[in-house]
Order: sequence, then C-alpha cells, then structure tokens
Amino acid sequence: MNFKPVLAAALVAAFCSSTVMAAEPQEVRQQEMKAGGEAFGAMAAIAKGQKPYDAAVVKASLEKLAEVSKDFHNHFPKGSETGYESEASIKIWEDSAGFKAANDKFAADVASVLAALPADQAGVTAAVGTIGANCGACHQTYRVKR
Amino acid sequence: MRLKSVVAGLVVLAAIGAGGGLWLTAPKPLPESHWQALAAPDLGNGERIFNAGGCVSCHAAPGAEGDAKRVLSGGLALKSPFGTFHVPNISPDPKAGIGEWTLAEFGNAMKRGVGRNGEHLYPSFPYGSYARMKDQDIADLYGFMKTLPVSNNIAAPHELGFPFNIRLAVGGWKLLYFNDAPRVELAGADPQVLAGQYLVEGPGHCGECHTPRNALGGFKAGEWLAGGPNPEGEGRIPDITPGSKTMGAWSTDEIAAYLETGFTPDYDSVGGSMVDVQQNMARLKAEDRAAIAAYLKAVPVR
Repeated sequence: MNFKPVLAAALVAAFCSSTVMAAEPQEVRQQEMKAGGEAFGAMAAIAKGQKPYDAAVVKASLEKLAEVSKDFHNHFPKGSETGYESEASIKIWEDSAGFKAANDKFAADVASVLAALPADQAGVTAAVGTIGANCGACHQTYRVKR
Repeated sequence: MRLKSVVAGLVVLAAIGAGGGLWLTAPKPLPESHWQALAAPDLGNGERIFNAGGCVSCHAAPGAEGDAKRVLSGGLALKSPFGTFHVPNISPDPKAGIGEWTLAEFGNAMKRGVGRNGEHLYPSFPYGSYARMKDQDIADLYGFMKTLPVSNNIAAPHELGFPFNIRLAVGGWKLLYFNDAPRVELAGADPQVLAGQYLVEGPGHCGECHTPRNALGGFKAGEWLAGGPNPEGEGRIPDITPGSKTMGAWSTDEIAAYLETGFTPDYDSVGGSMVDVQQNMARLKAEDRAAIAAYLKAVPVR
C-alpha cells in the first residue's frame, strides 16, 4: 500500500523534469532566431553608420550567428510542427532536404565571413548583405506568419 | 385568355430582366479614343510602374531568379477558394504573349478587366486596383513591357469550380465590387500621403492580399488593409494599418527601410510571398517608398 504514493511521486517528478528541464524545440528555435536577429542587428547598425566599427562587436556577433546557423536545423523534430506560436511552415517537414540545404548555406556564408573577419565598415556592409540574403530566402518558403 | 397574357407578360419581364442583367454585367471597355491622346511612353517611368506593380511576382516563371525574372512567361499556379488560376504569359511574344496587343487592348485589361476578345478577365489579375491608375502610367508601362524578352510558353487554362468557371459571372462580381473610387478618404492629406495612396491603392495593389474578402471575393467593408487568413494556404496576412500588432508601432522611416532591405526594426526578416514584393519595392526610388510609408501611417486603424 505504501508503494502506490511512491510510484505516483516518482511519476510526477519524472513528468515535471521532462517538461521543465528541457525547453520545447519550438521555444529553442525561436530563441535562436531572436539571438541571431540581435547579433545581425548589431552588425547592421555598423553597416548603416548608426554605430562605429567595433571589431569586438563584429566578432561576437559573427560567433553568435555561427552558433545559431550550425544548430538551428536540429530543433525541428516530428511533433513540433505547431504550438508555442511556432511560425514554422509545414514545408520544413515536407521538404526537409531543401530546408537543410538553406540552413547549410546560411551556416557556410556565416563561416566564410567569420574566417576573414570584416576589418572596417565597408567589410561589415558586405557581410550584412551576404548573410542577410539568407534570412528572406529561407523565410520565403519555410516561415509562415500566423 | 387572361392566363395567356399573364404568362406573356412574365416572359416579357423576364426577357427585360435578363437583358438588363446582361447589359449591367457586360464587359465595358473604354473606347479606342480614350487611349489615343497619350504622350509617347516614358520607359523610365514605365519601369518604375512595372516595379511598383510587382508584375514579375506572378508573371515570371515560378522560381526564376535575377534577370530570368524579366521573362514574363507566366505559369505560376495561384490557388484560391474559387479554384486554381494559371498566370498567363504577358511577354511581348506575338503569339504566346501580348506582343500584338494595342495600347487600348492593354489599357482595357488593366483598367476595365476586359480581355483582348472583349471577355471579362478574372480579378485574380488585380485590375480592381489598377482601375485607379493614371492613363499615362499605363501607356508608359505598355512601352516598357515591349522592351522585355519574349517567351513562347503557354500557361495551362484556369481550373475553377462552378459557377466561377463561367466568365459571365465575373460581370456580377464587377457590378458588386468593381469601382475606381479611393479606398479610403484622406481629406486634406499632404501630397506625399496622396502619392503613397496612388502607389498602394493603384499599381502596388497591396490591398489585394492585405484586405480580407467575403465569400464572393469582394473586400469586406471597413477592413481596408486589415489583414486576415491567407487565402493561398498556411498562416495569416498581416494587418498593415497603424493598428497592426506587428508593425503599427513602426515609424515611417522604419516602414520605408523594411521595404528597401527586407528587415524589420528588430531585424526579423520579410517572409512568404512578401519576399518578392519587397524585392520589387527595393527597386523603387526612396521617395516612392517614403510615400507608401506615409500613406500606411495615414489610413484608418482597423
């Protein structure tokens, strides 16, 4: 008879840890896009002349974008198509190869810019163009406003 | 005797009704003379109108990039609640395209929704907006489009359900919803706002997606640019009035910057079918984007 409450408590604990500890994939990918947008925004501000060129800011931004671009595609398991205000298009799952290719191009463009760190405002402007083209290109097909 | 005359009377009434209905719903092109007094086309302005109208978004081959977008071969399938429209070839090819069309024929398609054979065109081709365009802009656009490459592609016929497959039914739609009046009254608005009104309500045809429609495909009253469910598939078309949850707080400069670069003030990016629209808008002069932004700040909140 003492066994039942113990099992119940164990089940509750297991349930809580699985929902509280691990963030849902929808939330992880939204946080990544937000962080990527902020990093990109810091570079765009330099490109537009709103902020002076700052090598440390550029490097940190590119490192954040590199992290996001390499990891982003890992957070679209089956079952995470909707929920948590996800704006993911069903095409991510229908054409997972196309989505992965778009993600890989984003990662490759960021990596190439990071490898030859932009040394001045003109370099940052070029980098913003190269990297930024990936945003709309992917969102055109794989993101849906709800 | 009396029954006969009643029946005869009804038949006559029905005939008048049908005749009147046919007259009311008949295609009404503007006369040839309407299109004769215009100046020679200004190709630069024609290109500007071409970009403002975003012709390539629907009329280029699906997936075309770069210069290939200038080939208006048609072929895109436009899904709608009424069926699937297959976008036609409007390149200057004399047979497959519109190379042999006169300015009057082109103008009547643009402003009256009437095809070359005098038939109603479906409003999936947004003449409901183009009706507001200046005649000279139509002539300039006509001239510019003649300079584009030809394509011999012939698009598939539309696949529409009954009764939408009957072109005559478009006459009823026009009777209910087709006019060239301003979408919103902006009494005393400054010239920049009015310039934006022209671009948005006319060539830009922004309301065709951003205004919700009723079951007959007419704009819902009082919901100009208020957004709604995406009739082409997943998701929603955003509200773009100053009451918008997504962009109501943007400044005019931020709206203009979005149209130029595709980035929102917090560096989210343009997506979906707006990507093509934004790329067309990026080709306009800054003053045209600023005018569009000023108008979007001036329209009523929804």
